Amino acid sequence: MSKHHVTTTVNGDAVEFLADPRETLLDCLRDHVGLTGTKEGCGTGDCGACSVELDGTLVCSCLVLGVEANGKTVNTIEGMASGDALHPLQRKFIEHAALQCGFCTPGILVAAKALLDKNPDPTEEEVRYWLAGNLCRCTGYDKIIRAVMDAAAELREAA
Amino acid sequence: MAQVDVHLWAGLRRLTEGAEVVTVEAATIGEMLDALVQAHPGLKPILDAGISVALNGEIYNGARHRAIAEGDEIYLMQRMKGG
Amino acid sequence: MAKDGLNTEFRLVGTRPNRPDGLDKVTGRARYGADFSLPGMLHGAVLRSPHAHAKILKIDTSKAEALDGVKAVVTRADFPEGLEGEDWNLQENTMAGDKVLYDGHAVAAVAATSKLLAEEAVRLIEVEYEVLPHVIDVDDAIKPDAPVIREGASDASVPEGMPPNVVRYMEFGRGDLEAGFAAADLVRENTYKTEATHQGYIEPHACVGQMGSDAKGEMWVCTQGQWFIRKMCCAVLGLEASQLRVTPSEIGGGFGGKTTIFMEPLSLALSRKANGRPVKIVMSRSEVLRATGPTASGSMDVKIGMKKDGTLTAARAEFRMQGGAFPGAPVDMALYCGFAPYKLDAVEHVGYDVLANRPKCAAYRAPGSPMGAFAVESLIDEMCRELGLDPVEVRMKNAVREGDQSSYGPKFGSIGLVEVLEAVKGHSNLAEPLGPNQGRGVASGYWFNHNGETSVSMSIAADGTVQVSVGTPDIGGSRASLSLMVAEHLGIPYEDVRVNVVETGSLGENEPTHGSRATFASGKAAILSTDQAIKEMCRRAANEWGIDPEAVEWADGAAQPAGPNAGKFPPMSIKEIAGKMGETGGPISGHHESLPEGVGASFGAHVVDVEVDPETGLTKILRYLVVQDAGRAIHPSYVEGQYQGGAVQGIGWALNEEYIYGEDGRLQNPIFLDYRIPVASDLPMIDTVIVEVPNPGHPYGVRGVGETGITPPLPAIASAIHQATGARLRHLPMTPQKVRAAMKAQDS
Repeated sequence: MSKHHVTTTVNGDAVEFLADPRETLLDCLRDHVGLTGTKEGCGTGDCGACSVELDGTLVCSCLVLGVEANGKTVNTIEGMASGDALHPLQRKFIEHAALQCGFCTPGILVAAKALLDKNPDPTEEEVRYWLAGNLCRCTGYDKIIRAVMDAAAELREAA
Repeated sequence: MAQVDVHLWAGLRRLTEGAEVVTVEAATIGEMLDALVQAHPGLKPILDAGISVALNGEIYNGARHRAIAEGDEIYLMQRMKGG
Repeated sequence: MAKDGLNTEFRLVGTRPNRPDGLDKVTGRARYGADFSLPGMLHGAVLRSPHAHAKILKIDTSKAEALDGVKAVVTRADFPEGLEGEDWNLQENTMAGDKVLYDGHAVAAVAATSKLLAEEAVRLIEVEYEVLPHVIDVDDAIKPDAPVIREGASDASVPEGMPPNVVRYMEFGRGDLEAGFAAADLVRENTYKTEATHQGYIEPHACVGQMGSDAKGEMWVCTQGQWFIRKMCCAVLGLEASQLRVTPSEIGGGFGGKTTIFMEPLSLALSRKANGRPVKIVMSRSEVLRATGPTASGSMDVKIGMKKDGTLTAARAEFRMQGGAFPGAPVDMALYCGFAPYKLDAVEHVGYDVLANRPKCAAYRAPGSPMGAFAVESLIDEMCRELGLDPVEVRMKNAVREGDQSSYGPKFGSIGLVEVLEAVKGHSNLAEPLGPNQGRGVASGYWFNHNGETSVSMSIAADGTVQVSVGTPDIGGSRASLSLMVAEHLGIPYEDVRVNVVETGSLGENEPTHGSRATFASGKAAILSTDQAIKEMCRRAANEWGIDPEAVEWADGAAQPAGPNAGKFPPMSIKEIAGKMGETGGPISGHHESLPEGVGASFGAHVVDVEVDPETGLTKILRYLVVQDAGRAIHPSYVEGQYQGGAVQGIGWALNEEYIYGEDGRLQNPIFLDYRIPVASDLPMIDTVIVEVPNPGHPYGVRGVGETGITPPLPAIASAIHQATGARLRHLPMTPQKVRAAMKAQDS
C-alpha cells in the first residue's frame, strides 16, 4: 500500500514521516518519529497507555490514524517536562511512589495533565472518573490519585 | 550420616507399602532423596518430576547439597513456584 | 525494639527516597520490551488456532512465503524432536504439533520487513483442521465422557482408574479427621468455584530475538527472569545455554505471568531462518489474553468442624483445578495455603490437577492461594455467622504461631499472624458504622515466599560510589530497596549506590523475580557481597596504617581502628580508599551466590466494607484495609504499593474478572473492554498497615510482601456481600447479575 507523507508538530518540533494509511498515530510516533514513551497496552482504546494530546484534545493514539495527524499538533510524554524541570505531576508521581512498573505512567501523566489544564481543583472523585480510562495493574490507583491531587494543589499555589 | 524421618504426602503411600514416614540414613538432602528411592523405587518418577523439600520449615527446590542432621524435620512437598 | 533483638536503628532503611528509575519512567525514557529495535530488524506475527481442540491435518505456507518482504516462516517442523516432560510441554505450548489444544494456540509464525506485512502473510497460511470435541470447565473435564486432551499425560502420582484428564493427584494431612469432626458443635461443607483470571499486566509480551547459523544468539525481552527465558528457549530450540545472551528490558508488570516463555523461541527460530536478522515480536492484547498464561480455575469442596467457642476441630479440602491443556494448575499451593492460618490437629487435603482446552496456566501472584482462601475463608465466615461469633476473634483463637505445626506439615518459624490480627482489631475502620445494604468482610491470607538461586556482584568505583549487579528484574521498586540496604550497610548516601539489573552474561544463574523474593534474596546476597568489599577495604586501610586487618572495623562509611588498642588513625573513607585502589592492590568488589536461607513467610488480613445496590446487584467498595507482616519495610511506600496493588487485583478477581468461553470453546472476552480489570473510579483509597515482625533470616528482617495481598479480597468481599444482602455467593466473580440473582433466590 502506498505511503502518505505526513507533516506534523510533535512536542513543538516540526516532524515529517511516511505513514502507511493503516498505521495508527501510536505506531507512527513509536516507529517513525522514534518517540517510544507512548505505550501500547491494548490497541483498542481501553487502557489509555497511549494517551497523547492531538490539537489540545486528549486521545488514545491507538484509535487515531497516523495520517490524521497531518497539519496538527501532537503532545506526548516526552514533551511534558520543560528542559530539566519536570512538570509538577511528574515530580509528584516520583515523590508519592505513584508508579511501580511504570508502563501506564506516561499515559496517566498525559491524561492527568489534560484534566488539570481544564480543572485545576478537581475532587478525588473527579480525578478517579477522569482517569477511569487509564488502566494501572500495579498500584491499585491509591498513590496515583494522591499524586494528582497533590500536584493540583501545588499548581494552584503557584498560579 | 544422620538417621532422619522423612514425612511424605499421603498420596505416596501406595508407592511406599503404606508408609507415610520413612526413616533413612543420609547426610544431605540429595542422599536422603536417593535413600528414599532405594527403599521405595516407586518414588523415583515422583522425585524426578520435581518436588520441594521442607527442611526445618525452610522450603528448597533442589538443594541436594544441603546438609541434614539428626532430629531435623523433613517434609516432601509439591514443587514450589511463586508469582 | 523488635522481639528478636535485631537492630532497629537505621539511617536509611525505612525511609522513602525517590526511586532511582523514577525520572526515566515519568519522562517516557524507560525502555520496555517493545521499545527496543536493531538495524536490519524484521517483524514477526503468529498464526493462532481458532479452535479449542483440533487435529492439524495440513499446513500450507507457500502463499505466505511467496509474498514480497517475507523472510521466514516457521512451523513445528522447524523445532527439534524428542523432548520430554516440562520441556516438551513448553515446546508444545510455543507451537502446536499434531493438535491444537486451545483457542489461540500458535500454529505458525512469519517474519517480514514490516509488522503489517507479517500480519498479511499470516492470513495467507492455510491450515486444514479436523475439529475435535473440547472441554473447558474443570468439573466437566473429569466426567467419564469428557474428551481426552492428551493420552498418557498423567504422572506417577495418579492412581489407576482416574479420569484421563487428571494428570496429577495429591493427598496429604494428619490427625484423626473423624474424631475431629465428632468433637465439633457445628460441621459444615460447601463447594466453591473460582474462574480463571489473567495477571493483566499492561505491557504485552515483547521481544527481539537474533540467532545466526552458528547457533549463537541474543534476546531482548520483557521478563521476570532472563535466565528462565534462556533455559526455556534453549530447551525448546535445542541450543546451548551459554550461547544465548538474554537482556531484560524494563518490565511493564508481570505478577508471575512473565516467568515463562510464549513467543520468545519463535523470534529466535524465525531469525535463524532469516539469515540471522533480528526479529521483533510484540503481542497484541488479545494474544496476551488468549495465548499467554492465565491462572487456573477451581472447583473446591471444603468441610470444617467448629466448636461453639470458635475452636476448629477438623478440616478437609478437596480441590479440583484446571490449568489449561498442560499439567501445572496450582492446586497444590491452594491446598497448602488454604488452612495455613489455622492451628489444626486433624486436617486432610486432596487435590486434582486437570487438563482442559485452555491456555497453559502460568504463575499469578501467590499461585493457588487466592482460590484456597476463597473456599476456606468463606466457609469459616459462614460458620462464624451461624454461631454468632466474631470472625476476627475466631481467627485469633485459632491463629498459628511460631513453632506450631502448619496445616501442610512443617513447623512455622517466626511468623506474624497474631500481630496482624491485633492490628486489625485496633483499626478504626472496624468502628465505622454500616448503613443499609452495607456489609463488612474479613479474611486472612498466606504466602510462603521463596528463596531461589541468586547471584549478585557489587564493585566500588574509583570515586567511592558503588554499583550493584543483580539478576532479578525490578518489577515494583526493588532497585530502590536494594540501594537502600547496600547504602545502609556501607554507611554511604543512598544516591551513591546504583543497582543495575543485568543480562545473563554478567552473573551466575538467577531465578526470576518471583515468589516475592527479589528484596529478600537479591537483598541478602547484595549485603553479603558488600561484606566482602568491606573486608577488603578494611585490609587496604590496615596495610596503609601498618596494623593487623583484624584491628580495623567499618563504620559510618569508613575504615576505622577497632578500639583504642588498634592505634590512633583518622577514619579512612570509602572515597579515600577507592581513590587509590589502583595503587593498593586493584579493584575492590564483592560477589555472593547461594540459595539464600531464612525465607520469612508473610501473613495478612483484610477488612472490606461494601454497599450492594439492591436494584442492580452492583457491589461498591466503600472502605478497604490491608494489614500484612512485612518483616521490615525497607522502602515503606513500595511495601504499601504491593499491598494496595495485590488487594485491587483480588478485588477484580472477586467482582469482575473471568475468562468467558463460548459453546465453541473460544474465548469471548479477549480485550480489556470485556475482560474488565478494576479502574480508578471503582475504588476508594486502599488503607494499609505495615506490621513488622522482623524475619531473623534476613540481615534487615525482610519478608517478601508481593503476593499475600491478592489472597484475602476474594473471601472478604464474599463475606461482606453476605452481610449486606443475606446472600452467600460461592462462585466467583460476584458480578451484579450473580449478586442480583442470589438476592432474588433468597426472596422467593
